[in-house]
Order: sequence, then structure tokens, then C-alpha cells
Amino acid sequence: MARMKFVCDAERCIECNGCVTACKNEHEVPWGVNRRRVVTINDGVPGEKSISVACMHCSDAPCMAVCPVQCFYRTDEGVVLHDKDVCIGCGYCSYACPFGAPQFPSQGTFGVRGKMDKCTFCAGGPEANGSQAEFEKYGRNRLAEGKLPACAEMCSTKALLAGDGDVVADIFRTRVVQRGKGAEVWGWGTAYGSAKGGA
Amino acid sequence: MMRTTWTVAAALAAALGLSACGDRPQTLGASGVKQDSPAYQGVGASQYAKPGWQAGDRNSWEQHLRARAAYGQHEYSRSTQ
Repeated sequence: MARMKFVCDAERCIECNGCVTACKNEHEVPWGVNRRRVVTINDGVPGEKSISVACMHCSDAPCMAVCPVQCFYRTDEGVVLHDKDVCIGCGYCSYACPFGAPQFPSQGTFGVRGKMDKCTFCAGGPEANGSQAEFEKYGRNRLAEGKLPACAEMCSTKALLAGDGDVVADIFRTRVVQRGKGAEVWGWGTAYGSAKGGA
Repeated sequence: MMRTTWTVAAALAAALGLSACGDRPQTLGASGVKQDSPAYQGVGASQYAKPGWQAGDRNSWEQHLRARAAYGQHEYSRSTQ
């Protein structure tokens, strides 16, 4: 069974924001809401690193744990989605998420906070696949169209990888082996069983 | 007789009036979230749907996405072919 995951390769990300643009265009995300954004560490300093961040579709999602109305659910592919008809816009998920993924449109009267919006892994939501209602609430359902998330498929340097976790891990592992460095990163031994890496 | 009629009428009026005080069901859990059809069911006839897999066949959909992810993102495997 596929387990959908994102990984951003900090060695490749050039902070072009192509992923952000692709996401906003694909889903017609309203002004002020960014389902994905690029974060740069040591900006302007030689050796700066950038990564593209959105909902990571956690296996043990804290947003899902704290939601008082239980509007979240997880698909069989491991994609964390939510029902906007159940969401009350309380913002608990925003505080719980370590990635800042939940977004809230604030274009209503008196700046009222609307229903939560976040990355769907281009998997839509609890409406009929490919329907207009699904698109208006959650954006396009590319997974049901047989495609991968637009952000990753549009990434010019292929820094952002998306898809089945096994495939993504295989791609990233090959890159690290080819580079001859990167195996020292935290978690490598846990993921691949060897502190030195290698295929 | 008159007293009984008034008592019954008052009871009915009270019951009718209090019925508006009832809460809507607030059951949490799976019943609150609408059902979502799985992605491998496809989107039906759509100009955006990618051909090459069988809608409704989970294995076909997974293999298609694996191949798409590997071909589209794995330069090393493409360069050695």
C-alpha cells in the first residue's frame, strides 16, 4: 500500500518559489493563504539553505489529535485531510502543527477567521472526486487524476519530491550516495540501517 | 372538567415551548466527517485525467503513480537507461 510523503532536498532547493506558485495556481488558493512556502536558513549568508514546507501529512498528526470537532481524517494512502463543513475555525491545529501548515483566510467582515485551509497532497477532500464542490473547497484532486502533487512535479531542480514513500526514499538515497555526503544527517541510520549510508 | 382542560392545555403548551430548547446532535467522530471516495476510483470522464491506468483498480493506480514518481523525479535512473 502506498504511503504518500514529501521530502525537500535542501542541497537542491534554489528558493525559486516555483512550488508555491504552482500550488496557488493549481488550487486557486485565495490571497493571504499559502499552503506551501519556502523557508531559508541563514538568508544572505554564503551556504544558506532553503526548504519548501507544507503539510507533511504526519503519520501521528498533532492537528488531528487536538481538533475539538474531529474534522480530520487520514486516507488509505496516509494523506491527512479535513472536512471544511465540520471545521469551526478555532485554530487549535495551527498551534499544534510544527510546520505551520494550517492556514486561515481572514477576508471576512471584521477580519473574522474562516475555515482552516491546508495542503491536501493534491488529493481534494470529502466531496465527489473531481467535482466543482471539491475544487472550490479543497482544490484539484490530482491523485484521482493519476498525477502527483503539482508543487513537486513543477519543481525545477527536483528538490521537492513527492509520491510513495518507498520511491521518494529510494530517489533521495541514490542522490546522497552519488554525492558522497549526507549520510551523516540525523535519522539516516534509523531510516536505512547504516550510519555510513550506501546502497 | 374545566380545570383538567386547562391543565392539559398548559402541559401541551409547555411541551411545545420547551421543544425548541433541544440541542442538535453533536456526536463526534466518523459520523461528522463526510465520506471521501478513494483516489484510485478516479474522477470519471475528465480532460484532466491521466490515461494509462484503470480507474477503480487500486493496484493499477498505485503502479501508475510509482512509475510517474520514479520517471519524473529520479534522474539517475533515467540517465542510466
